[in-house]
Amino acid sequence: MSVFVNKNSKVIFQGFTGEHATFHAEDAMKIGTNVVGGVTPGKGGTTHLGLPVFDTVAEAVAATGADVSAVFVPPPFSADALMEAVDAGIKVAVTIADGVPVHDMIRLQRYRTGKNTIIVGPNTPGIITPSECKVGIMPSHIYKKGNIGIVSRSGTLNYEATEQMAALGLGITTSVGIGGDPINGTDFMTVLRAFEADPETEIVVMIGEIGGPQEVAAARWAKENMKKPVVGFVAGIAAPTGRRMGHAGAIISNEDDTASAKMDAMEALGLYVSRNPAHIGQTVLRAMKENGIAVK
Amino acid sequence: MNIHEYQAKELLKSYGVPVPVGGVAYSDQQAAQVAEEIGGNKWVVKAQIHAGGRGKAGGVKVVDSIAEVQKTADAMIGTHLVTHQTGPEGSIVQRVWIEQASDIKKEFYLGFVIDRGSQRITIIASSEGGMEIEEVAKATPEKIVKEVIDPAIGLLDFQCRKVATAIGLKGKLMPQAVKLMKSIYRCMRDKDALQAEINPLAIVGNGDDKLMVLDAKFSFDDNALYRQKAVTEMRDLAEEDPKEVEASGHGLNYIALDGNIGCIVNGAGLAMASLDAITLHGGRPANFLDVGGGASPEKVTNACRIVLEDPNVKCILVNIFAGINRCDWIAKGLIQACNSLQIKVPLIVRLAGTNVEEGRKILAESGLSFITAENLDDAAAKAVKTVRG
Repeated sequence: MSVFVNKNSKVIFQGFTGEHATFHAEDAMKIGTNVVGGVTPGKGGTTHLGLPVFDTVAEAVAATGADVSAVFVPPPFSADALMEAVDAGIKVAVTIADGVPVHDMIRLQRYRTGKNTIIVGPNTPGIITPSECKVGIMPSHIYKKGNIGIVSRSGTLNYEATEQMAALGLGITTSVGIGGDPINGTDFMTVLRAFEADPETEIVVMIGEIGGPQEVAAARWAKENMKKPVVGFVAGIAAPTGRRMGHAGAIISNEDDTASAKMDAMEALGLYVSRNPAHIGQTVLRAMKENGIAVK
Repeated sequence: MNIHEYQAKELLKSYGVPVPVGGVAYSDQQAAQVAEEIGGNKWVVKAQIHAGGRGKAGGVKVVDSIAEVQKTADAMIGTHLVTHQTGPEGSIVQRVWIEQASDIKKEFYLGFVIDRGSQRITIIASSEGGMEIEEVAKATPEKIVKEVIDPAIGLLDFQCRKVATAIGLKGKLMPQAVKLMKSIYRCMRDKDALQAEINPLAIVGNGDDKLMVLDAKFSFDDNALYRQKAVTEMRDLAEEDPKEVEASGHGLNYIALDGNIGCIVNGAGLAMASLDAITLHGGRPANFLDVGGGASPEKVTNACRIVLEDPNVKCILVNIFAGINRCDWIAKGLIQACNSLQIKVPLIVRLAGTNVEEGRKILAESGLSFITAENLDDAAAKAVKTVRG
């Protein structure tokens, strides 16, 4: 088992024939992802990488039974592409684009209300379930199978934590990048809920950063609803107030937004907290030992 | 992207929002001329810089003669105004805004923000105008009113009436408040604004009370500027750090800090974590720099050059976890940078991810003296040790 995507997922790529989509579709197929086709408006009826290309997501779903979409559409058109995926009944849509206008995300979040699509991103490396399914742009070779669920805002910090864990022999069930923007399709809490329900995931790592209330909200939810231990880290203890640190959402606007305030709150809510970004792996290992979770 | 107060007022005026009669001036003579044209017998001269806190710093003056307008403008234009938001060096005043002084009866706060919790535009209002809303939130949270706007339906009249009533805008002022709030919301939606802060909104006039916007601050979504030509034209590059502007032209995200360890990292999260690791080892980072994905040798060279323009930099920590990037490209870029820039400070290099072995090999065989690090902790420790000597 895993969360959101697995070996049974039927994946399409929106913006299929573009350079990045092509590169990552090929990489995804190498690790076993069941890619069933793609969508590029205007190129319907052709083939790409030996797979069918459709003009619309609805056509792709009807013809292939696709239930997951990797959206490789440029930022100005991302929200529209995601709403098309929602309309076509896609179960999980992941958008990689960095630079989606915030007002587009506000409209998208309203449009999807009451519908059943999980939207991950924007500005995310995506989701990977090792050896089964990759929907994103992460270096798949660093992710090994195991029993840890990992969720982060940042891509490279997700890789960093994954490598620290791998060096200690720790593997993962699924990695979910929720993205670095101020409005995310999926928040930490939703991913924690999925990991709590997944029988293979035994412990969860949550990697946040400065800005916004969602790390603490998720930690509060975890305290009240989760049996599995959660390890937390928040990047940006050295970040100055009022500056956007690369990610559109990474900005300290008030005193609750700081990395230290968030980690204090996480600790008070009973999470294992790694105060140092270089100690995430060892903190996970300690939490596993204390909870009698097998290392695998 | 931020704009000046005078630009915000002109924008609001175009949406039918009442603002004082005024004009912008780039010299003292022009200031006197503007005051003559707008008439009256009392004027406010306001220094135009993006930072807040101008009033307390002497950037807002009320005067009652044309000669005083000219004198005040002369004193302001060309000086560095230091407020609690500008940093110690302050911001240079290049223009002033002159407006008719208003007869203020009461002041309010009215803000439109994108609330990250509800993921919607939210009105924040308070009867405590002229104060910073953060202070009001801390001291008297009961005086803050919030109203969340459904993006599919828009801001409704009754929601505006709820806000108006809660902050004490009654009688003839209520319909004015409704119209004003709906206009600001429409402006925010049309222009991809992230924030519209009216502080203060005021009741002005004698007898015939009117609502008026006395100060306004707008910020816009950089990611939407491609579809906002008029907004883009309001950008004032003089208000931005020239190095940050230059870096963004090269696809780099650079923020100057006050330490001595230069940083070049890929990805915003890892870049923040690298600063954290340096800080935890007792060091002080000189900058934040995210080279982003697809870092070509040229991009790496530009990153080194921009970091080294800071005279405080005593060493550079390069931390790359290649996903889309490739360590061999980064290594080639570093060698190219060392040769073309004749870098004198030590470089501490940590490479991981895609093509890491090739990257390490290229560095080892270059004949240049890189300090290589095994992991994030090791890299931060070595950087701090290097600057301590």
